[in-house]
Amino acid sequence: MIETLLLYFFAGATLLGAALMLVLRHPMRVAMALIATMLSLAGIYALLGMHAIAVFQVLIYVGAVMVFMVYAIMLLDVRDGSFARRYSGWLVPGIVAFLLLVATIGFGVSQGFPAWSAAADGAVFGLSQFSITFLTEYWLHFELVSVLLVAAIVGALAVIQVNRRRG
Amino acid sequence: MDKTELLLWVSVALFALGLLGVMVRRNVLVMLMCMELLFNAVNLSLVTFSHQSGTAIGAVLVFLIFVVATAEIAIAIPIVLLLARHKHTLDLDAYADLKG
Repeated sequence: MIETLLLYFFAGATLLGAALMLVLRHPMRVAMALIATMLSLAGIYALLGMHAIAVFQVLIYVGAVMVFMVYAIMLLDVRDGSFARRYSGWLVPGIVAFLLLVATIGFGVSQGFPAWSAAADGAVFGLSQFSITFLTEYWLHFELVSVLLVAAIVGALAVIQVNRRRG
Repeated sequence: MDKTELLLWVSVALFALGLLGVMVRRNVLVMLMCMELLFNAVNLSLVTFSHQSGTAIGAVLVFLIFVVATAEIAIAIPIVLLLARHKHTLDLDAYADLKG
């Protein structure tokens, strides 16, 4: 009972944060709304029994990505045209696309899903069981993603280097 | 409403809101944050499916998406910083003359 209530609470908080992201004017407030959304999502993951994902959601998204974003906002605190006028000329097409997307995917969701054969008891998502599965079955994906991360680091350094040479 | 269906509706709504944000907002940093919202919506649907099916593949994919999102933001923010230094604005309309 309490779990269902919490689930509804976190779902509502997630949607509220996402909606606030569209209407708030200052980028820093948008960042705070996004952090609230991510924390509510972490709550949902924890309620589903995926504690590892909930922890990493907070650590990586809120702790790393959003802190980086907040630093960038503080560096670039300019009151420019995008501060005075929040919305571009794509407002009406954007709302049409929004409604169409919700209608089409929502139609698919409302059709229901076939019952799964495996019982979801949550044992797969315990940290040790999950880590063993991760590093025995999906080690290739793990290594590929590490290569991507190295490429991203080299790319970021290259961007800074280009800037230095020009400066 | 079923728990799975509720979470999938939340995921759809988050994805649509993120897409709307990328389309209508003018600030580049706000658009980047809306793209993070798109990532989060997909993560929520993956976790929901993983939870429903009792297999770990969805959760594994979420971990990989965490890394991809971090790499994306690590590249995107320096580019935005360079653009902002070049144009002295975060307004996307000012970048309209960028042609490769």
